[in-house]
Amino acid sequence: MEEENKEAVISEIHRRIAEAFNVFDNESSKSVDVREVGTIIRSLGCFPSEAELHEMIAEVEEEEPTGYIRFEKFLPAMTKVLMERKFRPIPKDVLIQAFEVLDQEKKGYLEAEELKKYMTQEGEPFSQDEVEEMLSAALDNKENVIFYKDLVSKMTFEDL
Amino acid sequence: MGCGATKSNELQLKKYQRGSIGVPAMRAALLIQRWYRQYVARLEMRRRCTWHIFQSIEYAGEQDQIKLYNFFGYLMDHFTPANSERNLISHIFRENEICRDIEWERYFCYKNIEVPELYSGPHLSFPLTVSNVADLVEAFKNKQQLHTRYVLQLLLESWKLLRMLPNINQVSTCQTKEITICGDLHGHLEDLLLVFYKNGMPSVEKSYVFNGDFVDRGKDSIEILLILFAFMLLYPNNVHLNRGNHEDYIVNLRYGFTKEVLGKYRLHGKKILKLLQKIFSWLPLATVIDQKVLILHGGISDTTDLNIIAQADRHKYVSTLRPPKRRWVASGGNSTAGRHKVNGRMDNSLQRHCSLAYNSPLRSRYNFQSRSMQNFSSKVNLAVEEELKEQRRMAGLSQSYHDLRSSLSSDSDSDNYETYEDDSNEWKQIVDMLWSDPMPQDGCIPNEVRGGGCYWGPDVTEKVLRRHNLQLLIRSHECKQEGYEFCHNRKVLTIFSASNYYEVGSNRGAYIRLGPDLVPHFIQYQANRSTRELTLRQSVGETERSALRALREQLFAHKSDLLYAFQDYDTDNTGWISLKHWATAVEAVLRLGLPWRVLRSQLVTTTQDGMLDYQGWLRELPITEPKTELVQQSLLETMYKQRSNLETIFRIIDSDHSGLISFEEFRQTWKLLSSHLKMEISDEAILDMAVSIDFNKDGSIDINEFMEAFRLVDRTMNLPSEPNHTKTDE
Repeated sequence: MEEENKEAVISEIHRRIAEAFNVFDNESSKSVDVREVGTIIRSLGCFPSEAELHEMIAEVEEEEPTGYIRFEKFLPAMTKVLMERKFRPIPKDVLIQAFEVLDQEKKGYLEAEELKKYMTQEGEPFSQDEVEEMLSAALDNKENVIFYKDLVSKMTFEDL
Repeated sequence: MGCGATKSNELQLKKYQRGSIGVPAMRAALLIQRWYRQYVARLEMRRRCTWHIFQSIEYAGEQDQIKLYNFFGYLMDHFTPANSERNLISHIFRENEICRDIEWERYFCYKNIEVPELYSGPHLSFPLTVSNVADLVEAFKNKQQLHTRYVLQLLLESWKLLRMLPNINQVSTCQTKEITICGDLHGHLEDLLLVFYKNGMPSVEKSYVFNGDFVDRGKDSIEILLILFAFMLLYPNNVHLNRGNHEDYIVNLRYGFTKEVLGKYRLHGKKILKLLQKIFSWLPLATVIDQKVLILHGGISDTTDLNIIAQADRHKYVSTLRPPKRRWVASGGNSTAGRHKVNGRMDNSLQRHCSLAYNSPLRSRYNFQSRSMQNFSSKVNLAVEEELKEQRRMAGLSQSYHDLRSSLSSDSDSDNYETYEDDSNEWKQIVDMLWSDPMPQDGCIPNEVRGGGCYWGPDVTEKVLRRHNLQLLIRSHECKQEGYEFCHNRKVLTIFSASNYYEVGSNRGAYIRLGPDLVPHFIQYQANRSTRELTLRQSVGETERSALRALREQLFAHKSDLLYAFQDYDTDNTGWISLKHWATAVEAVLRLGLPWRVLRSQLVTTTQDGMLDYQGWLRELPITEPKTELVQQSLLETMYKQRSNLETIFRIIDSDHSGLISFEEFRQTWKLLSSHLKMEISDEAILDMAVSIDFNKDGSIDINEFMEAFRLVDRTMNLPSEPNHTKTDE
C-alpha cells in the first residue's frame, strides 16, 4: 500500500512538472530555453536563490551547454527537489522581519531610494529593470514610500 | 561629546548610503530578493498560461468551423436536391450567379443612391485624391461612417484595379527604397491608425504590404478595408494587398464581418457583402520583394510551386474552404445524385474531407493534443481518431491522406479527370498558402488543428526557398506575444499587427521595415495607452481574468460531460474527488491541452484536504441569464456550446439577410445541427425552445436576440461576460 501511494504521489509530481515545463516548451521539442528554467522551478512553488538556481542548472545542462535544457534531464532533478522539499517558501513573518532589518529606523516603511540601494547593491543584486518593476508595483504613490507589510500581503500567492 | 555621539549614530544609520552594510542586512536583502524573484516567476507563468488558454480556445473554434463546413460538404455530396436539409445550405455553394463584368457593374450601380444633405461624413470623388483619402482616415478616426454610395463606388473601383493585378505582386526596393510590411489587422482600426502615426501613411515615398486578415473579430473591419482599398487606388504601385484566410465570405459568417456590415449598413449591407465576395477572390495571393523575399498570409507546403500559383485563375476560389467546381464535360445529370466512391476517382468530398481523412499519429503537436470541442457522446473517452474513422466510414472513404495524395498524382484516363486534377492541385496550393502554420519538426503534415492547410517544417522551408531562389519567407496568420517571431533558422518570420488581440494587454502588434539590404527591422506597439502604463502585475491580472472567464465558459459548456467524468472517479459515490482526478477528468473532456494543475488554484477555490466537492463546483460555474431558464438544461448546454455553429447556420439559412428566421427555419437548423453532432432531438423540444426564445412573441426569431440570450453570468466575477463575438456599434 505504501509503495502504491508513493508511486501515485511521484506520478502526480511528474505530471505537475511536465505541465509547467510544457508551458515554456513552445515547439514541443521537449526542451526549454535555459533562461526559462528559473521561472519553471519557481512556478512549482520553490524559492531558490540565484546561486542555488545556477547550481541546479549546471546539474541539468548538457555536457556541452546548448542553451537548452532537456526535459529528460530536468524531470528527475526537479522531482528530487519537490520530494525533498528543497527551496522552501519564506514564511510571511520572516519576510517582514527582513524588511524590518532594513528599516533601521523602524518607520514601518522604506523610502524608494533606500530599497533601491539595498536591492541593487546587496545580496544577489537586482538589475535596473527588476528594481524598477518592483518599485512601480510597491510604491505608495501619494507618499513615495513602500509600506512593506502591505507589499508582502499583496505579493504572496496563497495557493500552493 | 553629545554632538559627536549623535553624529556617529547618524553615520551609522545612514550606512546604507555608503553601500557597505552588516551581515544581517545582507541576509535580509537576499531573502527579499529571493522572495520577489519567485513572485515575478509566478506572474510570468500565469501570463504564459493565459496565452495558452486564449490560443487553444481560438484554434479549437476554427477547427469547429471547418468541421461544420465539411459536414455541409458531406450533405451536398451525399444527398439529393430533394433533401430539405441540403436545400437549406445549398445556396452558399452555388456559384455567384452574376459572372460577367458588365452585369456586375450594372448590378452594383451606386448611381441611384443619393447622398442626403444631412450626411456629415466624408465625400469621395473618383479618381481619388490625397485629400479624399486623408478625409476618409480622419472621418473613421472620429467614428464616422462612409455613405453606402461611396462605399459601393470605392469597392467597384477597387475591383477594377484588383482584376488587373497578377497573382503574385513583384516589388522592388530600388524604386521604393523602404517597404513596410503589416500582418493581421482583424478589424483593429486603432492599430492601423497607430501604424500610420508611427510610420507615416502610404505614399509614393512609403510603400506598404498588408499581409491579409484585414477583417473579422475586431469591430472596424469595413473601415480598415475601405482605408486599404483607398490607399491602393491612390498609390497602386506602392500599396500591395495579400489575401488572408479571413478574406472569405464563409469564414466571415462566423467571425463577425458579415454581422458588422449588416449592422452598419442596414439597407445595402447585403449588396456590399456580395460585392466583397467577389473582390476577396481577386486579391493577390502573395508579394515578392526583389525576387528574394516572399510574403504571403499563411505559409507553404512541400508542394508549393510559385509557378503554378502564378498561372492560376485565382478568382475561381471565392472561398478557399471550397474546392473548385468539377468540370464535367457533357455528362448530364451527374452533379449530385448517386455519387459513388470509386477507387482512384476523385470526388469533391474527398477534397473537403482531406483534413478528416488523415489518420493522425498519436504525438502531441506543440502543447496541444488532439482537440475536440464536441464530445457529446457519454463515452467521454471517444478519441478523435475514432471520430475521424467514423466520419470517414460515413463518407465512404477508405483512403488515408497519403493514399489520397498519391492518387492525386496518379495517371488518369479521362479529360475530365485531368482537368480536375490540375484544379485540385491548384486549390491545394492556394489553401496551403492561406492556412498553413510552421512547425519545428521536419516534414509536412495536414494542419488538423485549423482543419485546412498544413504544418510545414524547416526542411520544407529550405526546399521551397531554394526552389525559387529566395532568402526569406514573411507570413502572418498566428498571433505572437511580441508581434513578431522568427523560426526555421530565421528563414521564416511571422508578423502580426493586431495588438491586444485576445484581450487588452495580451500581446503587442508589430510591423516590419525592409530596405534594399532586405534585413527586417521591427517596430512594436500596443494600441491601448493605459496598458503601457500598467505594471506587469496589473496587466497580467486583467488579461488573466478574461482568459479564466473564457475558460470557465468552456467548462460550463461541458458540464454534463464533466459530471460523468467526475462520477467515474467517484466510485463510492461520496460526491468528492481528488484534485489529481479533477485535472485528469477536465483534460479528458475539454481536450484543450492546457496545464490544468498549474491553473487549478484559480479555477478551484474551495477544497478540503486535497479533495473537491465536484457537484458544488459545477454549480458555481457561470450560468445563463434568467430568460433562458425555460429551456431544458441539457439543451441549454448544447446551445451554448454550439452557439458559434448555430449562428453560422442561422446566417446561412437567413439567405436574405433579414436577421430573422421563422420557427420552421429554426426547426430545420436544429435538425441540421443535430445530424452534424449525431444527437437526438425531438421536434417537441425544438418547438418549446423556439417559443421560449421568441421574446417578442411575433412568430419569428431574431438572430441577434438569440445570441444575446447566451450571455453568461460569471458568478465569481459578478459581471456579465461578453459573448465571444464582437459587437457592432449600432
